[in-house]
Amino acid sequence: MTQPFRIPGRGRVDQSRPVQFTFDGRTVTGCLGDTVASALLANGIHLMGRSFKYHRPRGVVSAGSEEPNALVGTSRGPGRFEPNTRATMQEIWDELRVESQNRWPGLAFDIGAINDRFGRFLPAGFYYKTFMWPRSFWDKVYEPFIRAAAGLGRSPTEPDPDLYASRNLHCEVLVVGAGPAGLAAALAAGRSGASVVLVDEQSAMGGTLLSEPDVRIDGQGAWDWLAATLAELRSLPSVRLMTRTTAIGYYHQNMVGLCQRVTDHLASPPEGAPRERLWRVRAGQVVLAQGAIEKPLVFDGNDRPGVMLAGAAQTFLHRFGVKVGDRAVVVTSHDSAWHTAFDLARAGVRVPAIVDVRAQVPPDLAARARSLGIEVLASHTVTGTTGRLRVASVMVNPVRGDRVGPWRGIDCDALLMCGGWTPSLHLFSHTKGSLAWDAQAGAFLPDRKTEDCEIAGAGRGLWGIAAALEDGAKAGTAAAKALGRVAGVGTFAVEDDRTGSGVVVKELPTDRDASLAKAFIDFQNDVTAKDIRLAVREGMRSIEHVKRYTTNGMATDQGKLSNINGLMIAADALGKEAPQVGLTTFRPPYAPTTFGALAGYHRGSHFEVTRKTPIDAWAESRGAVFEPVALWRRARYFPQGAEDMRAAVARECRAVRTAVGLFDASTLGKIEVMGPDAATFLERMYTNPWAKLQPGRCRYGLLLGEDGFIRDDGVIGRLTADKFHVTTTTGGAARVLNMMEDYLQTEWPDLDVWLTSTTEAWAVAAVQGPNARKLLEPLVEGLDLSDAAFPHMAVAECTVAGFPARLFRVSFTGELGFEINVPARHGLALWEKLWQAGQSHGITAYGTETMHVLRAEKGFILVGQDTDGTVTPGDAGLDWAIGKQKKDFVGKRSLQRPDIVAKGRKQLVGLLTEDPREVLEEGAQIVADPHQPVPMTMIGHVTSSYWSEALGRSIAMALVEGGRDREGQTLHIPMPGRTLRAKVTGTAFVDPEGQRLKV
Amino acid sequence: MLLIHCPYCDETLPEPEFAYAGEAHIARPADPMALTDEEWRDFLFIRSNPRGTHYERWRHVHGCGRFFNAIRDTVSDKFAMTYRAGEPRPNLDALKEAAE
Ligand SMILES: [Zn+2]
Repeated sequence: MTQPFRIPGRGRVDQSRPVQFTFDGRTVTGCLGDTVASALLANGIHLMGRSFKYHRPRGVVSAGSEEPNALVGTSRGPGRFEPNTRATMQEIWDELRVESQNRWPGLAFDIGAINDRFGRFLPAGFYYKTFMWPRSFWDKVYEPFIRAAAGLGRSPTEPDPDLYASRNLHCEVLVVGAGPAGLAAALAAGRSGASVVLVDEQSAMGGTLLSEPDVRIDGQGAWDWLAATLAELRSLPSVRLMTRTTAIGYYHQNMVGLCQRVTDHLASPPEGAPRERLWRVRAGQVVLAQGAIEKPLVFDGNDRPGVMLAGAAQTFLHRFGVKVGDRAVVVTSHDSAWHTAFDLARAGVRVPAIVDVRAQVPPDLAARARSLGIEVLASHTVTGTTGRLRVASVMVNPVRGDRVGPWRGIDCDALLMCGGWTPSLHLFSHTKGSLAWDAQAGAFLPDRKTEDCEIAGAGRGLWGIAAALEDGAKAGTAAAKALGRVAGVGTFAVEDDRTGSGVVVKELPTDRDASLAKAFIDFQNDVTAKDIRLAVREGMRSIEHVKRYTTNGMATDQGKLSNINGLMIAADALGKEAPQVGLTTFRPPYAPTTFGALAGYHRGSHFEVTRKTPIDAWAESRGAVFEPVALWRRARYFPQGAEDMRAAVARECRAVRTAVGLFDASTLGKIEVMGPDAATFLERMYTNPWAKLQPGRCRYGLLLGEDGFIRDDGVIGRLTADKFHVTTTTGGAARVLNMMEDYLQTEWPDLDVWLTSTTEAWAVAAVQGPNARKLLEPLVEGLDLSDAAFPHMAVAECTVAGFPARLFRVSFTGELGFEINVPARHGLALWEKLWQAGQSHGITAYGTETMHVLRAEKGFILVGQDTDGTVTPGDAGLDWAIGKQKKDFVGKRSLQRPDIVAKGRKQLVGLLTEDPREVLEEGAQIVADPHQPVPMTMIGHVTSSYWSEALGRSIAMALVEGGRDREGQTLHIPMPGRTLRAKVTGTAFVDPEGQRLKV
Repeated sequence: MLLIHCPYCDETLPEPEFAYAGEAHIARPADPMALTDEEWRDFLFIRSNPRGTHYERWRHVHGCGRFFNAIRDTVSDKFAMTYRAGEPRPNLDALKEAAE
């Protein structure tokens, strides 16, 4: 027998099916159905990790998802490593690899534990106090220290290879927690015919019934009743049961998020199965039956391996058939731990004593203890423990009034504590349901509800199986009735129930120097009672401040065990009652949840889509280098041979200025504005005048926000009196349409206008360069392309290369240019015909980088690059685009706001570096005087900067305070190690008169 | 995730179909140029930002595309009602009384 603490014939694990896994490289044998924690305990291993701050040796404290200590790393095969897995939740399987955390070089001997010896130097607020001064220490001393000490476990290093699924589900009643209350609720609702979903985070349903097999319900043993109940629920077609499923958050209108662990417990998951599945459940009614979490007691040395919650010991005994030790002492303030002691004693564990802090203990319990040979120590306290890697003895003292008497030691290898129970109301708190302090229960209980939910069982402070069953049935019936169903109330006959009560305590009384005590409240974050009291002494009054100052409750268990104890001690230190101090807020998720589950299918290309133009395949086949632009994939440049970007862009620029270039402009946003009032509408939206624009002509349009700042721009063509083809920036298409719809629907619903997004309906090929007309003329039917008949800023519907087209004569390069719009399905064919026809004219495909250079040479702005949401038309030098006669347009009034007419605004100017080879960095800051002390007064920044092949030098644009008045001045651009000089110029660097368009 | 009733589709649909669009019942002045700087500032920037009942605009952006108005409690996040753009601001207290 390799599992000396396994009790043959006990528990719900399959003792005939051994399972071997490794823990820190050593093979450990457990049974099918074990968790990592239960299997390690079966082998007598309590030491499972080290704590975060002091690296103190730690053992398992609980048997559930609230576990703060037994966090381990789990490896499920290549690339499948997870830190901070709770050993109490992870089921074992052959070849699972488990490693302990926060120790080096090993779990039993750990260098970092030196922090423990110097623990008095790491009090509450340590980080705030220590890492403040001097500034120069930050980079070299503090940050490396924090980085070395920070983090729980180690992060996985490889991309997560697992799949994560997500689903929506609607049901009438969602029951969270499948203990007696949840089961009874699901039965009541299910029997009424309601569609019911019953979820539990454990691998098996039953909750406390799994740990209390001796209770009898309706004449059956608890486990027989459980099996029959589950069978009935399964037989109801409208009931869905889900295990290994944690309700992580309770959101508005009865939406509950569930995280289902699908494959982590399987040695060989089915091919393609998701690791986890996130369910978004919308329920008519929710029944919260999450039970209660046992409170640890706070005393010196309460974190030694072997010290654990009494209820956990009971679960390990009954559910897993594991004794947590050979000699277990119980210390409690509640009746429930007495039953644990009895169960352990009857299972063959020696229980030398039950230490109860209460002066009066129920006589029947005391009598039963004595009959089992257990010494009863009422009105006693625990003042310390001994043992290095495992508890070896406990120091027990009598208490008389306020006096703590002399201690005596009791040898033990397990110390089981119980400070009462905290109703599990995390999900209820997510709904902003309020809690009220119940002095009798010594707990916060649900008060005002905000959602259609019922709370049942221990969550309402009820103890015992009978009470839970009855309350659950009532909740299930109420939920069914609220949905208009007819439901009866089930009744249950319960024998041998374990009811009881207890008292609420803060730290246990001690006769020893409290300043030397290490009485832990938050095990995971190493927060002690002393830290809480120190925080209060140092001025923290709000529980929220105490929490942040001490980090109590801020670890991955979110204070499931520590919040109430922290509150009790803070309240005592403040001299207030618990409800006056209040609880911190519980927020989702209830338990740590993987990013994978939350991301679900939304990863990679399902997270960020890639939009491709009809010409994308051609660009790819030509070796284009792509860049993402507003979810589009755009060809940035087309390198030939060994060309780098600079060489390719220089070649492409030369081709456009000397021959002809072909550019895929399909991503331009396009909106068709139609209707009798289309011109009026555009007149109101854009700064420019539209009413007199003739059909067949187009115009640059500038769109402002109502605040007067530039939002978008683009060429707008008038095809007929009531039809406009509006283009927007690539990134602005959806925004502009939304803005137009907003004004049309809500400000001017009287206008007869229809807006249609046509961005993806049209493919656009831009033909730019002196040879553009020569290339195009033979391909165009039904249109005279001569300058006289089709001048710059003309638009016409015609046929190009046999395809119906909207042809614009426009130029974003300063060269003779045309933009050909054809239905998207013809885009590639048009492109190939243009390419073919252009061979004799020196045609060159160019990408977005060349487009940027060419437009910058002309001083054309890119909205979002040369503007940033605070730039007015005046700032950008676009006053010419404002219809001076117009009485109103969106943003017009704002152009007279005091700050916008004020002097000294940042204006767009050109910059020419003193060294023509120096290309400035976009975003670089600009100063007037480079000799001023640091921090310097920055007067602007570089917005666009390129090598201009046409000029054989660099060019840049910049937003500079009072920029246009500085023309001719030299400004300074401080860079690491040097300062560059540049002269302020106009923004049109090439052909400022626009002669090249007049051909 | 909220459920929102679109008064045009007359359907209650999940929040991802909708986009929030700011406070409601702030009409663009008929003649902005006639406004003083202070009046224009108030129109542009000053919002009620209440704790409690808020009249606000939403757009059924991934549905019918219509802008509509809603009354929502900024503390509980709960919608009291939604109604079509252009309809007058409902009196919530009167509605509550009528319901009782
Ligand atoms: Zn709608």
